[in-house]
Amino acid sequence: MNEQQVVEVKNVSFKYEKEWAVEQVDFSIDKGQFLGLVGPNGSGKTTLVNLILGLIKPNKGSIQLFNQPLKHFKDWREIGYVSQTSNSFNSGFPASVLEVVRSGLVSRLGMFRFLKREHTQKALEALKIVEMEEFAKSNIGELSGGQQQRVLIARSLVSAPSLLILDEPTVGIDEKHVTAFYELLARLNKNHGITLLMITHDIATITEHATHLVFMNRTIRFHGTPEEYNQYNGNEPNPIYGHMQQQLNHMEVMS
Amino acid sequence: MLEGFLKYEFLQNAAVTGILIGLVAPLLGVFIVVRRLSLIADALSHITLTGIAASLLLEKKVTGINDWNPVFMGMTFSVLGAVLIERLRSVYKNYEELAIPIILSGGIGLGVVFISLADGFNTDLFSYLFGSVAAVSRSNMWTVLIITFTVILLVFLFYKELFVLSFDEENARVSGVKGHWIHFLFILLVALVIASSMQVVGILLVSALMTLPVASALRIAKSFKQTIGLSVLFGEISVLIGLFSAYHLSIPPGGTIVMTAVLILILTMAYKKINTLFLIKVGV
Repeated sequence: MNEQQVVEVKNVSFKYEKEWAVEQVDFSIDKGQFLGLVGPNGSGKTTLVNLILGLIKPNKGSIQLFNQPLKHFKDWREIGYVSQTSNSFNSGFPASVLEVVRSGLVSRLGMFRFLKREHTQKALEALKIVEMEEFAKSNIGELSGGQQQRVLIARSLVSAPSLLILDEPTVGIDEKHVTAFYELLARLNKNHGITLLMITHDIATITEHATHLVFMNRTIRFHGTPEEYNQYNGNEPNPIYGHMQQQLNHMEVMS
Repeated sequence: MLEGFLKYEFLQNAAVTGILIGLVAPLLGVFIVVRRLSLIADALSHITLTGIAASLLLEKKVTGINDWNPVFMGMTFSVLGAVLIERLRSVYKNYEELAIPIILSGGIGLGVVFISLADGFNTDLFSYLFGSVAAVSRSNMWTVLIITFTVILLVFLFYKELFVLSFDEENARVSGVKGHWIHFLFILLVALVIASSMQVVGILLVSALMTLPVASALRIAKSFKQTIGLSVLFGEISVLIGLFSAYHLSIPPGGTIVMTAVLILILTMAYKKINTLFLIKVGV
């Protein structure tokens, strides 16, 4: 047993109807890592995250969270999850930023326990980390995409998770704010010791900030540090990515 | 009305029941609206009518059950309808809203058959359709009181779960919220509240009392708690003004309650418009 291991995915496969979306995926995330999960559309990235979150069950293989089999894992407050802003929440919802952030404590509190003043304090602290405390009383619907994303991160931070999973959080955020967003993630990782798993399309930026990278297209094509990735990148022909190389380069041009 | 209120029991029943549903209908209505389930209220109110019709038919055709309270049969049908809607929603996963017209038209269809077999409309049925100041009995009032307490208690207990489920269902699942279970409980409460509101507002207008005050509150509220507070306030104003004017005009209260709610909606819209115009003018 490795004490440092936060996520361990062992030989996991998953299929929707007939088609395999994730095939024999094998990797782990250690405490303190900032892992970027990269791949083209339909490569099974979100499926893999849903498997890790226990939202769907693998057809083959096993997953461990904090050294416990997923089946027996109960401590969901250790895990924060932020999905794409564009489709993650009910955007016309009449809630204040503070109410949204406080709702992140639901998993920590459990049933039949109520939100109190000290929880509001915690929510304000989380908003401070993402530099949104001045918007506490604003309506969530009135904020920009980037600001909403910060609020959703605050919501997942309020329960003080040790692992934060983000699914393409920068989609729909303009470029100017993307940099600030990555800086925020790096700060959470370095200063607050939060392990990060982030799905992204943006290879160039994630390579700059992540400590580890996983490239996948149904199966894992590369797992290593950005330095190792940079060594391969550009040295053609590249045996590691196979036909992915072209797509990867294309994506880099786009970003 | 005040003088009458002290004098006549039926007015006391109607007023107390009105105040109670003016509280719980918009309270549940807030969650219904933000979860985009507004039409479920309509479907459930129509299936309540089926229950009422079934009860009136039985009363007429079977001897010895004259004392049946049609409201309970309405409630039973409404709750069964809620269970069926949830079943159908899981059958048609990609067309979840399809459950609503199936139950709504099925309910009306069956209701029409029952009404026809009972030899057509009678005054009783008319008061269930559009509400009545005179139809609420003391025992119905107590039933509504118990339902009101149950609803308030459960909304209070599950407030944070209901909030998360309404705001972000996916996140609720990740947070370990037992979504299906709470949703089911919620729909059962909606079914009960609809059946209780029916006598004052009328079946055809129950859903209006659940959604119109919320629609008004959404225009001006800054937070979710404010939305709930304003919805209940608007609901109560509508019920009180509606009942008062219906009594004096001798017409069913359903119409006057809903028209008051519509008026409030127009006023809040105008308020928002004027406010925005003003803010633009002063350059904020």
